[in-house]
Amino acid sequence: MRNNLIVSGSPHIHKKESVSGIMWTVVLSTIPAGIAGVIIFGLDALWVTLVAVIAAVLTEAVFEIWAKKKVTVMDGSAVITGILLAYNLPSNVPLWLPVVGAVFSIAIGKQVFGGLGQNIFNPALVGRVFLMASWPKYMTTFVKPLSYDAVTSATPLAALKEGKILEHISYLDLFLGKRGGCIGEVCILALLIGAAILLYKGYISWHIPVVYILTTAIFTYIFGAKQLFQGDWLFHILSGGLVLGAFFMATDYVATPLTVKGQIIFGLGCGLLTGIIRIWGGYPEGVSYAILMMNAATPFIDRYTKNRIYGAR
Amino acid sequence: MKNLIKEFTKGIIKENPTFVLVLGLCPTLAVSVSVANGIGMGIAATFVLLGSSIIVSLIRDFIPGKIRIPCYIVIIATFVTIAELCMKAYSPALNRSLGIYVPLIVVNCMVLGRAEAFACKNNLTRSFIDGLGMGVGFTLALILISAIREFLGSGQILGYTLFKGFHPVFVFGMPSGALLVIGLLLGLFNLLKGKRT
Repeated sequence: MRNNLIVSGSPHIHKKESVSGIMWTVVLSTIPAGIAGVIIFGLDALWVTLVAVIAAVLTEAVFEIWAKKKVTVMDGSAVITGILLAYNLPSNVPLWLPVVGAVFSIAIGKQVFGGLGQNIFNPALVGRVFLMASWPKYMTTFVKPLSYDAVTSATPLAALKEGKILEHISYLDLFLGKRGGCIGEVCILALLIGAAILLYKGYISWHIPVVYILTTAIFTYIFGAKQLFQGDWLFHILSGGLVLGAFFMATDYVATPLTVKGQIIFGLGCGLLTGIIRIWGGYPEGVSYAILMMNAATPFIDRYTKNRIYGAR
Repeated sequence: MKNLIKEFTKGIIKENPTFVLVLGLCPTLAVSVSVANGIGMGIAATFVLLGSSIIVSLIRDFIPGKIRIPCYIVIIATFVTIAELCMKAYSPALNRSLGIYVPLIVVNCMVLGRAEAFACKNNLTRSFIDGLGMGVGFTLALILISAIREFLGSGQILGYTLFKGFHPVFVFGMPSGALLVIGLLLGLFNLLKGKRT
């Protein structure tokens, strides 16, 4: 079904864009981060990503054939879900893990609610959180960057959480992705290239990502150290999955607010939750939980930030 | 006689308290971690349901309408206390793993629901059969849910490992797993119901 619902106030200009066109552009914009992941973690990263994508597409096809709906695997949304799920996994997971995660993402995170446009949560994050809760051992052992073997290392955030003294990692290393972490989250440079494509094409607006990252930075600057206003905010921006989450997952069309005011509230909430989880929570990283919680709050945000209709009371 | 059989079987599928009436979900979500827990909770709830159905239907003409709910609660609480004391005496391990959810049967809306919706309007035999059917349906539902959760969450059924090399899906041992399993089973029940009609 073509989705012809127009959600902003008039006047409207018609553009020759379609859901599938946008989705494939998003796929394209995630490729730099994938290439960076393969360079940093070796070919394992590529296999994990491919397996996740294939599993996601197959699950969508099987589900839609079973439900006698139109098969929409060619619109690229399942491909995106697979890619984003894989980008949230360590590169050294056994290959059945991305398969289970992708099946869960698509079946429970998306199709159960009625497919594209109906899901209340970001499907890729649903899959990731499911895997995180089910097999924490696989989800939290990370390969050392640029070593291409089984040497494991903690992520900078995990080391910080355990109170270990950080190995010396410069901001440049963090920016280029020379650290332990998930496949797609490490190379900030590649993520920013992808984000620039999306912003240039106007497929995402800057509100959610910028507000999200700024809020996290300010929050960690204030509360991140023993004394107030001493936190290492740049470290908190560059580590973990913040940039990946802010640009590629907190901007999911379906599960985020429609109005600018709503999007700013959404970004603010995500940032606060991420900061709270990172500093006081039990997990070292909170981006996925923060986005999912704000996804759950989206209907309420939408209800209270409706644009006033001109002339209405 | 045929009527009575129908009264019994409706509790198992057509009006299953968990999957169709969606009553008594609190203990269902909380204790369905293992099959042993499920069976224990099912039997305890069935006992309370039978007892309360019998007493409520016997004294249904003497209970003033305005205070009927407190009366039901007192009757139910009596049977829950009996069940809890028995469980403590004969199966302390089960009592420990069910914990607070045994006394909480008092406020189980399945028990109260059957007293309010059925036992106070029907005679002794029918109320007894209805309570038995509902109890059996509740127990079967608990066994089904807890079997799925125990197998997926720990790779075991009743403590026996089924497959070697199975990586347990921890999430099914957690509360979120209970919600997932119950949600999917409810969907399945609705699907089957929709196909039949």
